[in-house]
Amino acid sequence: MTSIPLTSPQGAPSDTSSAADGRIGENALRPDGTLKVTGEFAYASDLWMDEMVWGTTVRSPHPHARIVSIDIGPALATPGVYAVLTAEDVPGANAVGLEHEDQPVLAETVVRYKGEPVAIVAADHPEIARQAAKKVVVEYDVLEAVTDARAALDPASVQLRPSGNVVRHLKVRKGEELPTAAVVVSLDFEVGMQDQAFLGPESGLAVPAEDGGVDLYVATQWLHVDQRQVCSALGLPPEKVRLSLSGVGGAFGGREDLSMHVHACLLAMHTNKPVKMVYNREESFYGHVHRHPATMSYEFGAEPDGMLVYGRAEILFDGGAYASSTGAVVGNGGTLGLGPYRFPNVHIDCYGVYTNNPPCGAMRGFGCVQAAFAHEALMDALAERVGVSPAAIRKLNGVREGDVNITGQVIDSAAPCEELVQILLDMPLPAERSGADLLSLPGGVANSTHGEGVVRGVGYALTYKNVGFSEGFDDYSTARVRLQVIGGEAVASVHTAAAEVGQGLITVEQQICRTELGVGRVVVHPKNTQVGSGGSTSASRQTYVTGGAVKAACEAVRARVLAAAAQVCGHTADDLALDGGKVVARSGEVVLDLAELLGDAELFADEGVEETVEWRHRPTEAVDPETGQGNAHVQYAFSAHRAVVDVDVDLGLVKVVALDTAQDVGKAINPDAVLGQIQGGSTQGMGLALMEEIVVKDGHIMNPSFTDYLIPTILDTPPMLIKILEYADPHAPYGVRGVGEPPTISSGPAVAAAIRQATGKALRRVPIRPEHITGT
Amino acid sequence: MAALRTGQPDDPTVSTVGIRVNDEMSELTVDNRTSLLDALREHLGLTGAKKGCDHGQCGACTVLIDGRRANSCLQLAVMVDGQDVTTIEGLGAAEDLHPVQRAFLDRDAYQCGYCTPGQICSAVGAIAEAGAGWPSAVTPADSLGIEGTAGLDASEVRERMSGNLCRCAAYVNIVPAVLDAAREVSA
Ligand code: FES
Ligand code: FES
Repeated sequence: MTSIPLTSPQGAPSDTSSAADGRIGENALRPDGTLKVTGEFAYASDLWMDEMVWGTTVRSPHPHARIVSIDIGPALATPGVYAVLTAEDVPGANAVGLEHEDQPVLAETVVRYKGEPVAIVAADHPEIARQAAKKVVVEYDVLEAVTDARAALDPASVQLRPSGNVVRHLKVRKGEELPTAAVVVSLDFEVGMQDQAFLGPESGLAVPAEDGGVDLYVATQWLHVDQRQVCSALGLPPEKVRLSLSGVGGAFGGREDLSMHVHACLLAMHTNKPVKMVYNREESFYGHVHRHPATMSYEFGAEPDGMLVYGRAEILFDGGAYASSTGAVVGNGGTLGLGPYRFPNVHIDCYGVYTNNPPCGAMRGFGCVQAAFAHEALMDALAERVGVSPAAIRKLNGVREGDVNITGQVIDSAAPCEELVQILLDMPLPAERSGADLLSLPGGVANSTHGEGVVRGVGYALTYKNVGFSEGFDDYSTARVRLQVIGGEAVASVHTAAAEVGQGLITVEQQICRTELGVGRVVVHPKNTQVGSGGSTSASRQTYVTGGAVKAACEAVRARVLAAAAQVCGHTADDLALDGGKVVARSGEVVLDLAELLGDAELFADEGVEETVEWRHRPTEAVDPETGQGNAHVQYAFSAHRAVVDVDVDLGLVKVVALDTAQDVGKAINPDAVLGQIQGGSTQGMGLALMEEIVVKDGHIMNPSFTDYLIPTILDTPPMLIKILEYADPHAPYGVRGVGEPPTISSGPAVAAAIRQATGKALRRVPIRPEHITGT
Repeated sequence: MAALRTGQPDDPTVSTVGIRVNDEMSELTVDNRTSLLDALREHLGLTGAKKGCDHGQCGACTVLIDGRRANSCLQLAVMVDGQDVTTIEGLGAAEDLHPVQRAFLDRDAYQCGYCTPGQICSAVGAIAEAGAGWPSAVTPADSLGIEGTAGLDASEVRERMSGNLCRCAAYVNIVPAVLDAAREVSA
């Protein structure tokens, strides 16, 4: 049975309720909005228990080394220290991971990347814990590190795993083996390592429970997959490891893997005290996976008019030291890596490899972001070669509904490529820069030129992304919905484990309940493992999948309520609906008051009507290992961007003047939230094109701070014209199409294209740095 | 929490400071190295100000010290002895929101909300600075200063709010939120 900790921490999540209006399609306000603007919303870093102690992590200074010995004595002797634990203290399996359990909770005999956890310390103050951590004496025997992904592919290289260095090699083959074409264009492209850089660093609080289990409050994207891994590491059954979602300060993929989860639990169980762990910014750069850096070689063949004949690509992702979700990233890179275009003939090899670099995994756009830079640069090269505009080449080749894509899957809902590009063409362009205004220069007024070398460029990009988990994954979500009378009012409550990370999922859950159950007040239960899995808050899937589960649970509740209503009112259940807190007939006649009906003790128990539903989207298939053919994805989401830039070619500085976009969202459940996702996603994609890179030298991160890892500020973020299309997907609840990732995929390539257009330079690497533009 | 080395009254590594926080006088004994941010969050239980970097790089910890905005992670608690500190908790409550808080809600100028307390405190400070005529880097050089809050436009707001990072990039909505609030504050 579930046991609730005797005292729950300050800042533990509680019910979020709101009676505000807002059904689907309306701009319902976020139920947690007031808490967020008043500073009352508690994030994982705000959790507090008076008796708690603080945990910290000892990390490897080497990218690859054998651990000769660990002496915890001096650390343990530090006054204020409660525990120092190493791999020996992991009671269960010392191996966790999303796809492969290949990552130790604490390194045992070998460290495989710089920053890998080796020991953990608990003390009564965070600074004492950190000082003690420095006293853990680890003797290393440094090994040769593999820090180049290309070298890792070479069988002669050091093999980091018994199975070799390749995590996954996906082949996609379609049509002729060696097709020829009148026009051939090719290029190599390189994408640097991007960081999610969520503003709220990793944190959580583990509380030992009387039943020998543990309660973990944590900021995460997927409670149940965390629970599975924590259970396995602790050697405990799921009922003894209870997770609750604490306030999440952004995620973007970086919280899909474990960070401090098991460490805090181990320390809590060892000390029998609540243990809080909070990473600082530098540690956060080591504490989560990043976006895979990629090197890519592409070749497209086309007819003289630009119609594509074939696409060839070799894509190489550096997965770093542990697999994380590299396999699925390779899946996306391979199956989606040529972009939303019609290719009769295809030959793709997509690899993800182990190295001794920082581990890479999920980040918004997941494998499509990297490939998009290459295929969009190549589409521009093709347009130039055949003498048509970038927009025209995309309109000519863009996939349409009913087409068969490169893995042999029929695209069976809207694929409005042509229309998206046309919308961008029809949008007004920003005014020309006025030469006199020094403030408008790239780099601003502190610029040391007067803009003599400033040129404007315009670039386009068209991309797509799968929504939901693919390749046969059993992708589902669970929702528990209850309708009951509280204070004389019919109130719905909804309980899912699907993580709200700022995207607005709880608003959507409320909107669905209001729409389906016709009530005003909807209580959102805290997210925890006391309900079935909601799946991951990633792959732009929650509105679709958890939205589908909430809708289905509402329908089940409604069916019971209307069946009961039919018994008492003489209408058939089919003739009844719920609206405005009433049971109404199709004719519009108000038949019963819902609160009164629910209050009828003969019909319903006190706790009202409750239904729990596990909901799945239609299944996908694993692709054929030799050809990559198969119905790999459940849905595709399309977006296009147009970027306008001013580039100072003397200084290498870029100012993005406009970043306009069009995207098909199927159905905007909450239009304001859709806009927010598009603005945020566009900005992150622009960041990768212009400034964001974790610089890794010989396995060492050179810039783990916000001084040296730059993310766009409000000054870097241009105005955005946004056009949303709503072509309902007939297979999806309400016709929704995932929203969060597509803008991150199309915005960066559009910015890169605009800079190429302005400068005439090839620019085959992102982020584009000033020296790439000036050639100095 | 066990304070770091509270020691004896004559311990030179600790100090007792008096800070007026959100109109309430607080006396606290802190290790001299305690930042104002940690003093607020860990000694006074005011967790509204957030720690995004602890190095003055993100603005999530912005508070108002004697009415001026500051990164509280870059101030030692002992430096603000005797001063007035306003945090997000002191600006307005759910039933009585400050115009900037209201405008952030209305404009959906946040997503995860982690940067929001800092953004809001920063905006309150920025509006006050404009009200006092302080120029910014984008105020035309030939003017004496900005013409009060009425002189704020999108580019002034962007410049003045550029010390507050938002990784969710709610920036496009933060600009009109600050402009809305500036109009209301000056009205
Ligand atoms: S926490 Fe103070 S500026 Fe980032
Ligand atoms: S709202 Fe998430 S960082 Fe600004």
